Formats: sequence, structure tokens, C-alpha cells
Amino acid sequence: MEIIKEVNAYTPVIPKKKYSPVKEFFKNWKKQKTAFWASIFILLLIIIAIIGPYIAPYDPYEPDYNSTLQGPSKEHWAGTDEYGRDIFSRLLVGSRISLGVSFLAVFLGAAGGILLGLISGYFGGWLDRIIMRGSDVMFAFPDLLLAIAIVAILGPGLTNVVIAVSIFSIPSFARLVRGSTLEGKETVFVEAAKSMGASHRRIMFKHIFPETLGSLIVFITMRIGTAILAASSLSFLGLGASPETPDWGAMLSIGRDYLGTASHVVMMPGLAIFLTVLAFNLVGDGLRDVLDPKTKNE
Amino acid sequence: MIPILFIVSILIFFFTHLIPGDPARLVAGKDATLEEVNIIRAELGLDKPIWDQYITYMSNLFQGDLGTSLKTGLPVSEMFADRFMPSIYLTFMSMGWALLLGLLIGTLSAVFKNKWPDYLGMVTAVSGISMPGFWLGLILIQIFSVQLGWFPTGGAESWKSYILPSLTLGAGIMSMLARFTRSSLLETLRADFIRTGRAKGLKESVVIPKHALRNSLIPVVTIAGLQFGFLLGGSVVVETVFSFPGMGRLLIDSIAFRDYPVIQAEMLLFSIEFILVNLIVDIMYSMLNPKIRYAS
Repeated sequence: MEIIKEVNAYTPVIPKKKYSPVKEFFKNWKKQKTAFWASIFILLLIIIAIIGPYIAPYDPYEPDYNSTLQGPSKEHWAGTDEYGRDIFSRLLVGSRISLGVSFLAVFLGAAGGILLGLISGYFGGWLDRIIMRGSDVMFAFPDLLLAIAIVAILGPGLTNVVIAVSIFSIPSFARLVRGSTLEGKETVFVEAAKSMGASHRRIMFKHIFPETLGSLIVFITMRIGTAILAASSLSFLGLGASPETPDWGAMLSIGRDYLGTASHVVMMPGLAIFLTVLAFNLVGDGLRDVLDPKTKNE
Repeated sequence: MIPILFIVSILIFFFTHLIPGDPARLVAGKDATLEEVNIIRAELGLDKPIWDQYITYMSNLFQGDLGTSLKTGLPVSEMFADRFMPSIYLTFMSMGWALLLGLLIGTLSAVFKNKWPDYLGMVTAVSGISMPGFWLGLILIQIFSVQLGWFPTGGAESWKSYILPSLTLGAGIMSMLARFTRSSLLETLRADFIRTGRAKGLKESVVIPKHALRNSLIPVVTIAGLQFGFLLGGSVVVETVFSFPGMGRLLIDSIAFRDYPVIQAEMLLFSIEFILVNLIVDIMYSMLNPKIRYAS
């Protein structure tokens, strides 16, 4: 009996709670103070993008020629533009366009890049060579120039901006996923899955793809910031949203004519773009530290 | 590099021909008859099959003939002559600012890690990456041109005209370089040879610039080179903000007019520049890193 008691005393206590990676993530996430608050800001922005048109104090398209180019006041928190339209309302409604365009563009670019990267890394051989040479060719064009060229071919407009930004995102995603796939396909669990007769599709999507998720989430967050900048640059150049659309880049483009007389017309949409991109970059930095610490110094 | 350039030239040629609108109609004008449009089409060689047009284009290109602008009727090479150098000066000046300020901020941040210069430096860096170039440009114009009157609002008449556009264009890369310099330097400062240097009694003013910074420069140079494309793309926006008579602004004007010989030549030139810079970075990388130099 004595011996049994002694053995029991040294038996390690197995915690009843199951390990949850989600809980672990949130525990670490709260420690990333700046990134945490930036993620709250992004969450707010997403809510604003959804409900913006319903909470906007004024009609963002309705001109009011009696109050043109007024500075920020109690009535118009961010002032008015050259047609007397309330800039704050336009910013609220514009958040849907700016976030929508960049989210969609990055999502499409990521989808294309992930698929190409998985195929390229998993199968190797001539498929890998073709896909990688294709991405080399696309890398021969600087990002924004490639987007400008695509919009020049397709014509101006927000849909074409989404296509342009997603196309220039594809090679970066493909490279990233290919690298992780090359690493992943050499692992023991992939070998085990192969020996059990799992199909290529199953191995790629059920076994290798989840392994790339950490670095992918970080990269997607960073790319959203880049996409917002690219889309607003295209609108600024007159290749994106039409001038009457409350797109942040288009608002800034028109506002520059009034820089000397009513600088708030330029400052407000610029500040909106800056803070949004900043928030995505800070969240990206934080996510990298939590999810993908090995790339911290790369 | 040459096969990639060859594919790039094919892609650019075929894709510029996909730009909607009939260039012959554009040159002939709205009121021209169909016969006149057809004559111009034949003059421009647009009635030939597309592969034939490509061969003609490439053989002309090797003889230095980049085609003729549909808008101005001038040879494209002549249009580039006035604009190429200002754009090159602008790009290199931007890279100069980016390297100078980026290395300085990055070094100060690493040396004073977790102290106020570090926080200030990193806030500047993350803000610089997130700031839209066109917005920063407009803010600089408002402060330094409109209010203080120190620099012109646009053009490329004197060296003063280059200051604000180059600062605007270099801001993004400067921020990136500052972050990379900081992390690279922090890693180097933990190395054994730094500890040895300090143990020998070397002053920090020798350890940091001579031993640590030099060894931290390898990834920084790579990033600087890779980001050169960012400058080329960014120059289109910055030149538009500052009404700068460079290649970027010409591209936007050409797109508005669908002046495809100019668009085609510019895209090709930008790609060649970009590929060449990446090649130079590869060479510099091996020069800076003896491990690679001796291995090859």
C-alpha cells in the first residue's frame, strides 16, 4: 500500500483542460498591446463599412451649394467639399469601398496564389518551372506599374482595380505558399498520408495547406494595407473610382485643387487611408510575432 | 535575364494592343472618313498581322527606334530624352534619402533599443510605410511650398524642385530600411565578434559603425535593391502630385490618350530598369558577403 501511495504521489497530474490553439492565440494576442488596439480599430472600421450608409449624418452624394469648402465644425465634423457635401458622411460610406476593394483583391490574389503555390511546390517538375518562370515575369514589373498597365488595358473603374490589384498579388502568394509546400511535403505526416493512399488533393489541402496558414494570415494582413494604398493610388491617378464616388483616393484626388484654400478636403481622406493602412500594418506585425515568430527578423 | 526580357517584351506588346480603342481613328480624328482612317492604319502598319507588327517593332527597337507617339507625332525616343534624366535623378535622390535617413534611424533605434529614440524611430518608420505617397506629397507642398515658400510646388527647373518629390518618393523605402537596419543591427550586436571587440576595450564609436553596421548592411542592401521597383511605381504617383516632367507622368498622360507606342516603350524601359537593378543587387550582395563570393 505504502509503495502504491508513493507512486501516486509522483504521478504527474494531467490537466483536465484540453490545449486550445485558439485560446493560446488570444492569450498571446492580448500581450501585443499596439497590435491588439489596432485590431479593435480594424473591427470598428469593418462595422462602419457595413453600417456606414445607415449612420451617415448626411447624404454623401447630395450637394449643398450654400456650404461649400467649409472647415470642420459641429455640423460637419470633417468639413465639406467643393459641392458642399459632408466629408464625414463620404468617409463613412467610402470605408465600404476602400475596404471592400482591398479585401476582395487580396482574397482573389491569395486564392490564385495559394493554388498555384501548392501545385508548384507539391508536384515540382515542369509545372513548378512554368509557374515560377511566370511569376518571375510578373515580378519583372513593379507592383503599382503592373496594376496601372492592367487598368490601362481593362479601362478605369473599381472592378478593374480589384482585378489589377489581385493579379499583382498572385505571384507573391504563390512564392510564399510554394516555399511552405516544399517544406511541408517532406514531413513525416505527409509521408504517412501518402502511404495510407491519400489523394494528391487531400494531401495538398488537408495536410500541407493548414501548415502554411500562420505565415499566410500574416502576409494577407500586410497585403491588405498594400492593396488599400495601391487602390487609392489608382483612384488618385484617375484610373480607379469615378470622381463622384466617395472613394478615399478619388476624394483626395479632387481635393488637391483646393489644397491652398481648404486643406481639410485633402487631409481628411488622407488621414483615413493612413490610419487604416497603419492599423493593418500594426496588426500584421503583431500577428507575425504571435503566429510566425521565425520570420520576425527576415 | 534575357529570356525573361524577351517574354516581357512579348507580353507588353500584345497587352498594349488589347487597350480598347482604335489608334488609327485616334490619330485621324473624330471627323475623319473611313478611307482616311484606313490610310493611317496602313501608315502605322496596323493592318499587318500582329506577329508581323511585333517583329517589326523588335527589329526597330534594336536599332533604337521606339516608335512614334500617336498624340504628338514625335519619335518616342525624343520624348523620353527630356524626361528620362529628371526621372533618374529623382529616383536616385529618393534612394539616397532613403538610405541616409533609413540607416540613421535604424542605427539609432538599435543602439538606443527600448529608449525614446527607438520608439520615435519606429513610429516614424511604421508611419512612413503606411502613408500614401500622394498624401505625404500634398502635405509637404502645403507646408514647405504654400506656407513657407521654400520650395516650388512643381516642375523640375532647379535642384530645389527635386527636394520635396524625392523626400516623398523615398519615405516608404526609408521606413522599410530603418526597420531592417534596426533588426539586422540588433542581431549583429549580439554576435561574438562584437563582444570580443568590446572586451578588447574598443569604443562604441568604433564598434557600431566599423564592426556592427558593416556586417548588418547585407540584408539592408538587398532590401534597398528589391524596393527599387517601389520607386519606379511610386514615381508615377509622385510625379503626378508634383507636376514633375518625368517618365511617370508621361505614362499617365499616355494612358489617358491611349498613346500605346509610348505606353509600350515606357513599360519595357521600366521592366529593363527593374531587372537590371535586381541584377546589380545580386552582384553587390556577393561583393558585400565574402561567404557567397568565395563559394562561387
